[in-house]
Amino acid sequence: MTAAVAVKDKEVPVDEEGYLVNLADWNEDVANAMAADDSIVLTDNHWEVINFLREYYAEYQVAPAIRVLTKAIGKKLGPEKGNSKYLYELFPYGPAKQACRYAGLPKPTGCI
Amino acid sequence: MSDTQETEGKQRNVKRFMFLNRKAPYGTIYALESLEVVLIGAAFDQDVSLVFVDDGVYQLKKGQQSKGIGQKNFSPTYRALEDYDVEKLYVERESLEARGLTAEDLLVPARVLGAAELGALMEAQDVVLSF
Amino acid sequence: MSVLHTTNKSPLRTRDLESCLRLSRAGCGILLLEDAVYGALKATSAGAKIEEAAKDRRIYVLGPDLAARGFTPEQLVAGVAVVDYGGFVDLAAEYHHVQAWL
Repeated sequence: MTAAVAVKDKEVPVDEEGYLVNLADWNEDVANAMAADDSIVLTDNHWEVINFLREYYAEYQVAPAIRVLTKAIGKKLGPEKGNSKYLYELFPYGPAKQACRYAGLPKPTGCI
Repeated sequence: MSDTQETEGKQRNVKRFMFLNRKAPYGTIYALESLEVVLIGAAFDQDVSLVFVDDGVYQLKKGQQSKGIGQKNFSPTYRALEDYDVEKLYVERESLEARGLTAEDLLVPARVLGAAELGALMEAQDVVLSF
Repeated sequence: MSVLHTTNKSPLRTRDLESCLRLSRAGCGILLLEDAVYGALKATSAGAKIEEAAKDRRIYVLGPDLAARGFTPEQLVAGVAVVDYGGFVDLAAEYHHVQAWL
């Protein structure tokens, strides 16, 4: 018996921490469904981070640790977004962990 | 004076860690394990060096395409090390030469050092972790 | 104190000993244990390299591993010291750190 996220009319398998089992299962509906389960409605600001993570993963094959994410976001989107206060407001369960989950990536390496 | 004291105070808490990589990727799990330990360890702000010796130099070979063997190609991750503030990468010249490789074949900038220089670097470490 | 290098594979099967010799420096210690003890025998091709290394590095062989394989200290190349398990522990404490060539 594996866990799953209900996305529209089908079930997408996730691991015991809620991360996608198959990264290829991801689409925007998956992210929206995961967020809805956390009672969060994804805004453009959320998507900016989620898309950034997906690009980072495509480039480096690694989900960045929170410190790396914060720095890299700052570099790309500016210091008003590259700080933990901003990112925690968007992703209160921990920006790297939660945003990576919505982005369909594995749990970040270096997050315990 | 105060600058010196500050530097010394900082150095007391920072240890020199060398990750010595001697195995080719894919054939065994050592290369990937080492990389993961480096990424996790980066959070501790230590003085980290990555050294590639023997078949370990193959970890940095450009153009890896591992899809056909059903394993994840983790080689792009070496290029993310900079984001993790891991910037000291060294490759042994003798190991490169024995494999017909040059710095041009590597997917990330790394300093090429001879065995004698690397031996000295190894001696200067607080901890050497072998993979 | 400098580095204690250890190696445990037969130099007739792997190249770990060669890497160890290449990257170790004058004043270092090198401990041969398990199958690596074959490398310090006069009779093997690695013996000459060990004898050469013994000129500026201290070479140790773990005695119980040598005896278990049917060899005696007399069959080792010159300049090699035989230690027991207690000696191994002393060495590990004496040197600054231990580098295992596995």
